[in-house]
Amino acid sequence: MHADPRGVLTGVHFIDGDHAACEGALAAGCRFVAGYPITPSTEVVERFASRIPTVGGVFIQMEDEIASSIAIQGAAWAGKKVMTVTSGPGLSLMMEHVGLAAITETPCVFVDVQRGGPSTGLPTLPAQADMMQVKWGSHGDYEVIALSPHSPQECFDLMIKAFNLAETYRVPVFFMMDEVVGHMTERVVIPPAEQIEVVERRWTRKPPGEYRPYDTDESLVPEMVKAGDGYRIHITGLTHDERGYPAMNPTAQDAMVRRICAKIRQHAEKLVDVRMDGVEGAEVVVVSYGITSRVAGAAVAEARRRGLKVGHLRLVIVWPFPARLVRELAPSLKAFVVPELNMGQMALEVERAAAGRTRTISVPHAGGTVHEPEAILEKILEAAR
Amino acid sequence: MSATEAPGFKLGVDIDNPVMPYLRRDRIPHIWCPGCGIGTTVNCFARALTESGLNLDEVAIVSGIGCTGRVAGYLNLDSFHTTHGRAIPFATGLKLANPKLKVVVYSGDGDLFAIGGNHFVHAARRNMDIMVVCVNNFTYGMTGGQVAPTTPLGPTQTTMPYGNFENPFNLPFLADACGAVYVARWTVYHVKQLTRAMKEGLNKKGFVFIEALSPCPTLYSRRNRLGDGVDQVKYYKEKSVIKNDANTKDVALGFQSEIIVGKFVDRERPTWLEAMNEHLGRVLGERYTPYGVTHVED
Repeated sequence: MHADPRGVLTGVHFIDGDHAACEGALAAGCRFVAGYPITPSTEVVERFASRIPTVGGVFIQMEDEIASSIAIQGAAWAGKKVMTVTSGPGLSLMMEHVGLAAITETPCVFVDVQRGGPSTGLPTLPAQADMMQVKWGSHGDYEVIALSPHSPQECFDLMIKAFNLAETYRVPVFFMMDEVVGHMTERVVIPPAEQIEVVERRWTRKPPGEYRPYDTDESLVPEMVKAGDGYRIHITGLTHDERGYPAMNPTAQDAMVRRICAKIRQHAEKLVDVRMDGVEGAEVVVVSYGITSRVAGAAVAEARRRGLKVGHLRLVIVWPFPARLVRELAPSLKAFVVPELNMGQMALEVERAAAGRTRTISVPHAGGTVHEPEAILEKILEAAR
Repeated sequence: MSATEAPGFKLGVDIDNPVMPYLRRDRIPHIWCPGCGIGTTVNCFARALTESGLNLDEVAIVSGIGCTGRVAGYLNLDSFHTTHGRAIPFATGLKLANPKLKVVVYSGDGDLFAIGGNHFVHAARRNMDIMVVCVNNFTYGMTGGQVAPTTPLGPTQTTMPYGNFENPFNLPFLADACGAVYVARWTVYHVKQLTRAMKEGLNKKGFVFIEALSPCPTLYSRRNRLGDGVDQVKYYKEKSVIKNDANTKDVALGFQSEIIVGKFVDRERPTWLEAMNEHLGRVLGERYTPYGVTHVED
C-alpha cells in the first residue's frame, strides 16, 4: 500500500542523515517513538518530537534506553509502527529487549548511530564497531536484519525498507548509521506519498477463538493481532507454544528457536541487498558498507586508474550476510579487501563465507574518523600482487 | 475441558467459581505454593474487574518476572509477560499507542522496586494512566528467598543469612512522593477492601498504586519461623490498623510490626496524555488534533 501522506514531507531537502532517517520513519508510517538522548543520534528523536504532533502520533522521552526499547514493544502490540534511536552505550542497554522482540516476534526498528567505543568511547566521532553486537548482542539464538545507509538520501530510502522488513518478518531491524552519515548534510529527495510503498502489518483474518498467536504457514512468520481487539492474547518472553503459553521443555524450545532463526535464514537470498560495481572479472573485490563505502570508492577508483581489476561490493543489508554471493565470488579472486571502522568485524564474516577459497584482507580502523583512501589502496595493491 | 478437569487438577465436585471466567482455564493449575497470597489478590482483581463495569476486551494486563509476574498469564485478558522490572515501560507504550485500553501492571516487590524502581518513579512522576498492583511478600520467591528492597530490617534471607541490615522502601510513601494519584495498601486478609481498592483504581484516571501484602510461606515465613500462610494472615488480621488518609511517611513496615493499611492518597492530576493534549493544543492551535481522544488512529 502507499504511504500515509500525513507523514511524507515531499520535496527536495538539504538535511543531514539523522533528520533524513526521521523523515524516512515518518514516511514509513512510524507513529510511536520512545527514546533517550545520546550523541550522535539525538537529532533523530528531536525532529520526531517536533514533527509528530501535527502528523498524529506520540513521542516520549523515557527514563533510559532500557525503558525506551520496551515501551516501543508495548506500542507495537497496541498496533503502532515503532522505532527507538540510540548509539553504542544505549544499544548495549537495549540488548535485553532485542531478545524480547526476537522471542515475541515484535516488529520494531532500532536506529544505531554508531560512535567510537567501547563504553562511553568517542561520543561525537564515528565508528562501525556495533556490527557484531547487533547480530549477537542479546543472549540466546535468534536472527535479525540490519541495514547500513551511506548517505542522507539512503537514510530516508532505506528507513522505509527497514520498517517494511520489520513488518514482513516480525524481527527487530537495526538501522546501522554512523556519526558521519548521521551528521553529513546532503540533498535528500522525498517523493510523493503515492510513490512510497509501505508494508502493512500482517493482521490475522481469523476470529478470536480460532486465532493462535504463533501459528505459522510456510513463511514461518505468524499473523498478528493487537491488544484491545478481543483476542485475549498472551505474549511472553518465556519459551512458548503456538498459543503463546509458556512451555518449559526441550521440544517447545526446539520448535520455537528453530523457527525464529529459520524465518530469516530461509529468506536469506531474498534479503540480499548489495551494490556491485565492477565485480565481474575483478581480481580483487573490496567489501564495504556505510560511510566506509564512500572512502573505499576513492581507493577503488585510484586502483583502477593504475590498471588493476578491482570490484566494489557494498553491503546495504548487512545481516543476514550475503554468504552465498561472497562464496561464489571467492574462487576467481586473489583476495577480498574489507575496510571498516572497527578492528575487523564483517571481515570475519567475509572470511567465513569465502571458506578458504581466497584470502580476506582486513583493513581495520579504530574509529574517530574515516579511513584515509590510501590505507585501503595499499591493501588493494597488496591483494593484487 | 472444564477447570476441574485440567491436567493434574481434578476436584471431586464440579464447582461454579465466579472467578473462573476471568482465568485461562487451560493454564490451571497455577505455579503458586500452598499458602501463597498471590492467588487471593487475583481473586480480588477478578471481582474488581466484574464490578468495574469495564469492557474486558479493552483491559490489558502486563507483568514482569517472578511469582507475581505469572499473574498476567493466568488472566483471560490481553496479557503480556515481559522482562524483569520492565512491565511499567511496556505498559506505557501500550497505553500511549492505544489510549482506549485500561492498562494494569501486576508484579512483585522485587520486580517493581529493585530492578524496575526507576521505571516506577518516572511513570508516577508522569502520571501515566496505568494501575500498578504490587504484591509485596518481602522477598524474591521465584529465585529462592533473596533479600528484596522491601525486606524489613531483621529477618534472614538467603543473601542476608545473618538477618537483613538494609533499610527497606516504604512503598506508599515512595508512590506518593513521586506523584501517584491513588495510593492504597491492604493485605490478603483484607479481601473486601483490596477488591474495592482495585475497583476504584480501575476506574481512576492516572497513576494508581496498590500494595497488597502477601505471605510467602515457602521462603520468607519458613526461613524466619513465621508458620504457614494462615499464620501470616492471622498476623495481618491482628496487627493491621486501618488509617485512611494516613500520612504515607508514617506507614513504613517493620518485621512483624504493626501494619498500617488503608487508602492513603486519592487526588486529581492531569495524566501524561491529558497534559500533552492540553499543552500542544494550546501551543499549536488548529494544527494539532488531540491524540487518542476521538478515535484511536488519530
